[in-house]
Amino acid sequence: MRVAVQSAPFDFAAEAAGFGQGPGVGAVVTFTGVVRDDGGMAAMEIEHYPGMTEKALKAIAAEAMVRWSLSDALVIHRHGRMEPGEHIMMVATAAAHRQAAFEAAEFLMDYLKSRAPFWKKEFRADGSDWVAAKDTDEEALGRW
Amino acid sequence: MDVLYFAWVRERIGLPKERIETQAATVAELVEELRAREDRYAAAFADLSALRVAVDQELTDFSAPLAGAREVAFFPPMTGG
Repeated sequence: MRVAVQSAPFDFAAEAAGFGQGPGVGAVVTFTGVVRDDGGMAAMEIEHYPGMTEKALKAIAAEAMVRWSLSDALVIHRHGRMEPGEHIMMVATAAAHRQAAFEAAEFLMDYLKSRAPFWKKEFRADGSDWVAAKDTDEEALGRW
Repeated sequence: MDVLYFAWVRERIGLPKERIETQAATVAELVEELRAREDRYAAAFADLSALRVAVDQELTDFSAPLAGAREVAFFPPMTGG
């Protein structure tokens, strides 16, 4: 299990290629979040809470490891300034079977969206705004 | 203890972190002390339903006790992913 919080870009292809090599692995799921160019957005800035972010991600990943008997889990989340098209974050899960790998990846995504201390700010030509949390993100936790 | 502010809470108050000497027994009591300080604090803490709090880097609620706490952080609902 590995968790990384970093401002530098990550190499998704290299991360995916090196993940889930262990014995007994029958399924690997990867997800990557990309900065979307909504409404002429020029850039996004992600603030985080150093220390708590790493702790929260580790706790969420450790829970996924146990609940879905994963062979491995990876979470990489960037902070700082990013432009449309850049990769913001990725999760990867490795399990014996695909259902566990898919579910664990969704669980990781749902939890890090509203339980890991990151805040997004969008920059457009006419100004900037903090992204508001969605009720549906909070509701998504209910299914776990 | 150290009190930290993130995202628009940080912008509204105008600083990311400060050291506060307080006798507040709970997060809610600390919020009352901060609100009474200046308008910018009152504005930031006007609607607690729009805020989240962490004590020593663990999410908690406004009724949480502060005994022994080293760090309290206030921020809006998180938007990771």
